[in-house]
Amino acid sequence: MIDLTVIWACIIGFAIIAYVVMDGFDLGIGILFPFFKVGKDRDTAMNSIAPVWDGNETWLVMGVGGLFAAFPLAYAIILPALYAPMIAMLLGLVFRGVAFEFRWRDPAHRAFWDKAFTAGSVVATFAQGVALGALLQGITVEGRSYAGGWWEWLSPFSLLTGVGLLVGYALLGACWLNWKTEGGLQRQTVTYAGRLGIGLLVMIGVISLATLRLETQYYQRWLNFPGVLATAQVPLATLIVTIFFYRSLRLKRDAQPFFWALILFGLCLIGLGVSIWPDVVPARVTIWEAAAPVRSQLFMLVGASIMVPVILTYTAWSYWVFRGKVGVEGYH
Amino acid sequence: MDAIILARAQFAFTVSFHFLFPAFSIGLASYLAVLEALWLRTGKGVYANLFRYWLKIFAVVFAMGVVSGIVMSYQFGTNWSVFSDKAGPVIGPLMAYEVLTAFFLEAGFLGVMLFGIKKVGRKLHFLATLAVALGTFISAFWILSVNSWMQTPVGYEVAANGQFLPGPSWLTIIFNPSFPYRLFHTVLAAYLTTAFIVGAVGGWHLLKDRTNPGARKMFSMAMWMAAIVAPVQIFAGDMHGLNTLEHQPVKVMAMEGHFQSHPHGAPLILFGIPNSAEQRVDYAVEIPKASSLILKHELEAPLQGLDTVPRADQPPVGIVFWAFRVMVGIGFAMLGIGLLSLIARWRKTLYDWPLLHRFAVLMGPSGLIAVLAGWIVTEVGRQPFTIYGLLRTTQSASPLDAPAVASSLLAFVAVYFTVFGMGIWYLLNLMKKPPEAHEAPPSDAPIRSAGITPAPAIIEGASA
Repeated sequence: MIDLTVIWACIIGFAIIAYVVMDGFDLGIGILFPFFKVGKDRDTAMNSIAPVWDGNETWLVMGVGGLFAAFPLAYAIILPALYAPMIAMLLGLVFRGVAFEFRWRDPAHRAFWDKAFTAGSVVATFAQGVALGALLQGITVEGRSYAGGWWEWLSPFSLLTGVGLLVGYALLGACWLNWKTEGGLQRQTVTYAGRLGIGLLVMIGVISLATLRLETQYYQRWLNFPGVLATAQVPLATLIVTIFFYRSLRLKRDAQPFFWALILFGLCLIGLGVSIWPDVVPARVTIWEAAAPVRSQLFMLVGASIMVPVILTYTAWSYWVFRGKVGVEGYH
Repeated sequence: MDAIILARAQFAFTVSFHFLFPAFSIGLASYLAVLEALWLRTGKGVYANLFRYWLKIFAVVFAMGVVSGIVMSYQFGTNWSVFSDKAGPVIGPLMAYEVLTAFFLEAGFLGVMLFGIKKVGRKLHFLATLAVALGTFISAFWILSVNSWMQTPVGYEVAANGQFLPGPSWLTIIFNPSFPYRLFHTVLAAYLTTAFIVGAVGGWHLLKDRTNPGARKMFSMAMWMAAIVAPVQIFAGDMHGLNTLEHQPVKVMAMEGHFQSHPHGAPLILFGIPNSAEQRVDYAVEIPKASSLILKHELEAPLQGLDTVPRADQPPVGIVFWAFRVMVGIGFAMLGIGLLSLIARWRKTLYDWPLLHRFAVLMGPSGLIAVLAGWIVTEVGRQPFTIYGLLRTTQSASPLDAPAVASSLLAFVAVYFTVFGMGIWYLLNLMKKPPEAHEAPPSDAPIRSAGITPAPAIIEGASA
């Protein structure tokens, strides 16, 4: 018998991966934005994501909407628990989302909207990282609802994951611009990518070690024999991918560093999965406890199995339309 | 103030602000599709210019709709977690379908619609415009189905833990009794909202220069919409009202201000001040038996009043009563301008009648106001329940402290007024510029740094 709940956990997981893959780099460009020269460089950076950011952000709605639909109990517990970071993220997304249009509409205030773009991106990214940390460190649940206070999410660990995600998204942003731009801006982003890669590795190391101390479940999952033989592959693979990442930077590849960075992110998400599976509220509520009834899951599965491939197809088409370097004539 | 009132205020504030943008963009997306189709078919430059003129406005409206919409998908969980836990199995999948079939469609093709005409050619670009327009409609379909299910819940089972579970048929849930009426009424409202904004912009520019071809064309198109759709909308509203009378009679009692039951024909209260404490309408101006005539199509038909409903189950009458009158009043004003435009056409003075143009400018925001008023009627009229008759609002909220909800509400108010205030100002600036013969492309964004300017190419296409 196929377990629909597991399928839905995988779909939500896919939506989260898709979100990180697609929105990570455009949030990262927002984070790096103040370091780019005012004028052509900033315009190019913005233009490289203007046609796609909206679709990218839809995966965030897909993730949370899917959670609501497939695991309503988890949605009802997690969102009140992460109240402040979630509100901060939403407000951050408001600022950066409108900045795409407003900076062109109002040249007199372009400097302001550029700052709003950065501030919004930084706040949204940091809040997502904090939310992840707060979930991992465990939230107070009683019965069918969140029972902690409205500051429970705040801890050194959640701040650490917030910073970690800032570094990570900035890396993706730098790699994206290395791929999509030329000249001075590209050289600048290659330098950033090199530094941010080191930063991300440090953050991954520190956060991984700190995570082990949070719950015995995580510790046992990673370090008990013989499971450790399997789980040890994740850090090992991380090291190997890092080597390829730096090799591709050194060889001045355009697209490759971006994909290696994405794989690095993928490994982090796999690591996350190892820690929390099969919980939807880590160490508190399993996917089966939170699952919607079979009728809901089945009905949505019909839609998802038809629509997700369709969505991926036209998303890919849209990226294809805007392929190549931004700002080169031959590209049209 | 308690956390529930604050959470309600927050939802009312964020959803009202959000609703303004899709109410405009649903109609505008369709209008753009019509303009582009006319351009492709006739090759007339005026359509291409109007398309580019309104596309710039659409981009700004759409961006604000997206960011305020993402907030809504989280509001259910952050502030109404108990409702989400209980109703999630039924409404969650409908909202997931909205994401899968509408949000991705709009967002996926928006980039091509805004920036891609040079890259994909005119026909594919037109398909992208159609996809965006279709996406806005599909989005309305699902979210109104969810809303309607909360108004007229059917096809569910209640689990031992209090959750609402889907019954055997999803079609019963999706096409719940109030949904077809609400969908028709709301989508027409969105079209009218757009038509009146377009009409106001056209009227404004006709007042400045009655020879401007773009202004003439958009004014004429908008006035056709007013003349044709406003009467249809009044009819649709009446149908929706009768449907509400059947399924949510208490809401209609509040709309009508009927505190008392009227066994021999109920009066139509035109104006008055509802007094919930005393359960009567003060200073009522009424037409005897007219309400029975409208609602039951019979002068002597009995109508029950709020005296048959326990106080604890009554909605706030004043808000519903007034919002309803605002909506209906605007509806008839829309009908009026539609009729005037027909007279003007007949007298061949559509472009030469400043009074009509001024009236159109005045009516510019009327659709937005009517949409909000209608939304207030239906949502406040559903109180004190979130799921009508089944789940009380007081039992739906998240276990949050009032200070948490108060601070987030303040943050939303501050950010929305700043950001969307500026956005609306940008919109007004865009509308203030007259549509020109060589309208610049949608956004200077990707084109600006692209090294070449596709604008001439587009204009060549326009005059081809």
